[in-house]
Amino acid sequence: MKISREDVLRVAELAYLDLSEAELETYRAQIDEILEYIGKLNELDTAKVQPMAQVLSEDQTADTTLREDLIVPCAVAEDVLRHAPDPEPPYFRVPKVMER
Amino acid sequence: MAKEKKRTGARVELAMTTNWSIDGVKDALRAKKISARELAADFYKRIESRNPQLNAFLTLSPERARRQTDRIDALVAEGKPLPPLAGVPVAVKDVISTRGIKTTCGSKVLENYVPPYDATAVERLEAAGAVILGKTNCDEFAMGSSNENSAYGPVKNPLVEDRVPGGSSGGSAAAVAAGLAVASLGTDTGGSIRQPGSFCGIPAMMGSYGRVSRYGLIAFASSLDRIGPLARNVKDAAAILQIIAGRDPQDSTSTTVPVPDYREELGKPVKGLRLGIPKEYFAEGMDAGVRKKIEAGVEVFRKLGCSLVEIHMPHTDYAIAAYYIIATAEASSNLARYDGVRYGLRVDDDSLLAMYRKTRGAGFGAEVKRRIVLGTYVLSAGYYDAYYLKGQKVRALIAQDFRDAFTKVDAILTPTSPVPAFKLGERTDDPLQMYLADIYTVTGSLAGVPGISVPCGMIEGKLPVGLQIFGAPFAETRVLQLAYALEQAGGAAL
Repeated sequence: MKISREDVLRVAELAYLDLSEAELETYRAQIDEILEYIGKLNELDTAKVQPMAQVLSEDQTADTTLREDLIVPCAVAEDVLRHAPDPEPPYFRVPKVMER
Repeated sequence: MAKEKKRTGARVELAMTTNWSIDGVKDALRAKKISARELAADFYKRIESRNPQLNAFLTLSPERARRQTDRIDALVAEGKPLPPLAGVPVAVKDVISTRGIKTTCGSKVLENYVPPYDATAVERLEAAGAVILGKTNCDEFAMGSSNENSAYGPVKNPLVEDRVPGGSSGGSAAAVAAGLAVASLGTDTGGSIRQPGSFCGIPAMMGSYGRVSRYGLIAFASSLDRIGPLARNVKDAAAILQIIAGRDPQDSTSTTVPVPDYREELGKPVKGLRLGIPKEYFAEGMDAGVRKKIEAGVEVFRKLGCSLVEIHMPHTDYAIAAYYIIATAEASSNLARYDGVRYGLRVDDDSLLAMYRKTRGAGFGAEVKRRIVLGTYVLSAGYYDAYYLKGQKVRALIAQDFRDAFTKVDAILTPTSPVPAFKLGERTDDPLQMYLADIYTVTGSLAGVPGISVPCGMIEGKLPVGLQIFGAPFAETRVLQLAYALEQAGGAAL
């Protein structure tokens, strides 16, 4: 077994994701099977391989020097707040974070 | 009176035409056979009659379409030059932001989300005269290969309605195949443009990574996501790509490589081109019907004077494993933003953390949750090296396979999918089996190269097969030229 019930619980906690009992067991079994399959990567010796962290080569990417600091209008605040679950312009309201 | 009657007669005839092309629209507008407004109205009428069955569109945007058709009709009336996509009715996948038009990503978590801005691709389409009819259904956050992971119900394949249209851009493919839009935008992370294109029998193209700006594309896996066109013919796919391609300061990964005229090479002879046939893509696991059609497609290229070269891409068999590590890792990070604070669903609770957990637990569907758990796991302390880092190293090997291949050949031919469109509900219980069917598309996604799926016959005359053509990075012109050659040689009827 690659992944235990406790692993799934720990990961769900890291991801702030509520899972039901049924989901926990279903995902554990399915992810276990997927990780089992992924294990085939160990057939490859990658000790000397550089990980691919970028898709584009340097000559294909834009100049990375800083652009000019231009002020552009960005009047979306009202729009953004209008669709928020609990707006209190100009803020988003959330449940209390700190206890007294 | 007689003149008026005659015009009405022509209108009725045009309204019955579902086979509009981009040039056809422009010619009809210029000749005043139809107005942009009338054309859009005809498409909405067809959508109204066909969509309840197909479920390809989630949201329609008639007001925005009307503003655009008025602009185009004014240009026609004034005799001014028409922009390249003037009056062309298009559909946009619901993971691409549209200002003022609901954008759900096929998810409950964004059920009422209305973006305050347009994606660059959408902005460019509209600036080029296209008329946005509405937003198309897709797998939730583009995660899926059948469109069955949408919170708003599956899409049916318009050619065979008991079968899936493919995914995740299933609505975009079905809309075009059913004649409910002339072209559409889809997104491709591991095959999500090409595979539905193949299942629905239309050309569907993913440009090189970085070719099209991702600004406004709601992120799934940022190092893999690409926006691209689905259309009724290769020339139209090229025309759409032409408009949306190119550097955008809003997306730092959009490339500065110049955009050539993609249609210029269409129709030029393909004779003498070297086409790679990778042995690994023709191994076991391919449906016999698919194999027969693909072999017939390859034969067309031989007859056109291409030389076929057997090549090896030795890491192909590891692509699915690497892809599902990298894609889920990036997804788990990108989807952290859905926390009930700024937009979308919120499930209330007295504590902030419980609010996050409940919102995410209620807002995401099964496939998305599964991928968040898997992606968080492969990134977590103690497993990062074994999974995520390993996946990135194998990705480098797969990209090297492509680089090696392109020293020997001009393009690579493969099937798009090992199977044709399967029956709705047939594969939903086994995620791994669903993932494994992405084998021919994820390789090019990982490598960042351009690819197209182009119609290559129908199994027993009813299930379309797609032939995939990969090109070297930024060789979109070559990919399109070859796809056009197959199309003109009768590829769809093989």
